[in-house]
Amino acid sequence: MTTSLQLPRWIDAGVLPILNLAMAFLISGLVVLAIGESPLEVVEILIYGAFGYDEAIGYTLYYTTNFIFTGLAFAVAFHCGLFNIGAEGQAYFGGLGVILAALYLDFLPFPIMLIVAIMASAAFGAAWAYIPAYLQARRGSHIVITTIMFNFIASSLIVYVLVNILRPTGSMTPESETIAEHLRLPFIHDIAASFGIDMASSPLNLSFVYAIICCVLVWLFIWHTRWGYAIRTVGANAHAATYAGIDPGRYVIMAMLISGALAAFMALNEVMGVQHRLLIDFTAGYGFVGIAVGLMGRNHPVGIFLAALLFGMLYQGGAELSFEIPTISNDMVVVIQGLVILFTGAMEHMFRPRVTQIYIAWRSRKMAQEAA
Amino acid sequence: METFNLVILILDATLRTSTPLVLAALAGMFSERSGTINLALEGMMLGGAFAAASVAYYLGNPWFGLLAAIAATILLSLLHGFACITHKGNQVVSGMAINILMSGLTALVGIALFAQGGKTPALDRGSRFQPITFPGAEAMADVPVIGPIYSELLSGHNILVYIAFVAVPFSWWVMYRTRFGLRLRAVGENPGAVDTAGISVVLMRYRAVICSGILVGMSGAYLSIAQGASFLQDMTAGKGYIALAAMVFGKWRPFPTMFACLLFGFLDAVATRLQGVNLPGIGEVPVQAIQALPYILTVILLAGFIGKAVAPKSLGRPYVKER
Repeated sequence: MTTSLQLPRWIDAGVLPILNLAMAFLISGLVVLAIGESPLEVVEILIYGAFGYDEAIGYTLYYTTNFIFTGLAFAVAFHCGLFNIGAEGQAYFGGLGVILAALYLDFLPFPIMLIVAIMASAAFGAAWAYIPAYLQARRGSHIVITTIMFNFIASSLIVYVLVNILRPTGSMTPESETIAEHLRLPFIHDIAASFGIDMASSPLNLSFVYAIICCVLVWLFIWHTRWGYAIRTVGANAHAATYAGIDPGRYVIMAMLISGALAAFMALNEVMGVQHRLLIDFTAGYGFVGIAVGLMGRNHPVGIFLAALLFGMLYQGGAELSFEIPTISNDMVVVIQGLVILFTGAMEHMFRPRVTQIYIAWRSRKMAQEAA
Repeated sequence: METFNLVILILDATLRTSTPLVLAALAGMFSERSGTINLALEGMMLGGAFAAASVAYYLGNPWFGLLAAIAATILLSLLHGFACITHKGNQVVSGMAINILMSGLTALVGIALFAQGGKTPALDRGSRFQPITFPGAEAMADVPVIGPIYSELLSGHNILVYIAFVAVPFSWWVMYRTRFGLRLRAVGENPGAVDTAGISVVLMRYRAVICSGILVGMSGAYLSIAQGASFLQDMTAGKGYIALAAMVFGKWRPFPTMFACLLFGFLDAVATRLQGVNLPGIGEVPVQAIQALPYILTVILLAGFIGKAVAPKSLGRPYVKER
């Protein structure tokens, strides 16, 4: 069959995702038209809102940071053949780790606190991913269902902790105390100012740099270590992995622990970098968008960075959009997200047969020309 | 007598909170028994609720609202089917996509149509499903024990509550006593065998997701035009996922699924009543603990500690015909 033909990489990782993305944007444009606004104007405002001025770029990259972490989290689990829908809960738990470290170990100097916070968030996120991972690896419970359940359990648990333990006495709002000033992640505009560079203030902070470091680390881990190799083998074919002497369960757990830790790093940006305290639902759906980011980025760090940038742009531009055109609310961005997941994830094979046909026709014509 | 009345009140609330769960969980069951994972229940419910409230508002009749909800959820089911069955896409991803899409789309269209911040206008009595009072319910009310059961617990619900609980035995009958049901279950267990028998796997799976759409549409309509009086942004608040949990808890079977829904509905009803109450011997039970209980129970079940939940064998696997 023609559909089983191996397409060259530039089509598989370039043309097809772009076609799918174009389809998602086309439908989004139709939604805008149906509401009675001009799609071109919307695109213009989106791009201006995301990159048009200094402050906007800072905001765009701040959102991008969250998406890089959750996108990487999804990708690592996916390489092992797992669907980690639980990034939301794992990030929420990571936030608990960060806030506990920052509030109760506030005597530490900043450089040590930075390491402690990274470790605390990773440990909490990984711990929350461990139970579904263990149940999947050793008892065969379907990880999709258990991670969904764990999102809800995390949400209840953290509301309880916030209301009954972390809430300062006398306060009515269920949020924790604020992190001491010297323990917060420095904003990029402050760092730039100390070098004498003038930048507009934005929530962009040091965690963006850490996100890029994580991209490199994940790339090294997945493609250049034997654990990464084992994880990919299990993901490709668990039975074959068993015959090769790899215990799939072990790598299922390893992949999920790393995935949970990566998701939890989102809390560094939100809790330690921007909000400076633990808020209810601070994860705000970033974990779910990570699915889209991972799928769109073909689960490769470079792709994930680009996809995260796209979603960061949509988030920041979308805020501008609801400001400029009152009939289009921020929900437009959620619609675009949904469509992107639908077309790049669920219907990724839609164009494949047709593109393969065109490619074969093109190739045979070229070969005929060369022969002539 | 005091306690008895309290029990009746809680059970009454249980029926009301578990109705949307029963409908949605049965919907999930039809889809999943045929081999298509349906994580999209949440988004479909939301879409159904929005369609029902909008159409009921414009036409002033709840039945049109219900039809609109069912039409909307059938369309969404077909979209899910198009991605999962026709294009063999990933079923989990498709479900999540529909959930996110509907969360945004209902709010966006709601603001564009009604300009009330994502809400639909409040419906008047005529545009909603009203409670149905059984014959003689008022006369019976003063009879001890049977009176309250008949007039409070059984009578006085809207039509969708009764439909939901009739849908349970009906689904059982369809699933286990009809040729359609046999084929549907077979397609979820061993599609190759069904294909060999000359029945189209694709068509069977499409029929199953359409059944799923009809049921989940009713569940959405219940939220916005029977229990509530308008559509609110993200009003499902995770009910689709609880229904999914109930379906797993009920081991993909109609009656156990119904009991799981009743249990989860009961926990919900009790949670609101127990807020700040000191229980003798236990002390104050945190509301969050009761809210998390359905999810915890489902995880424990999935881990195989209380019975074993065995999913349909071909669940999540697109059928690829050999050539």
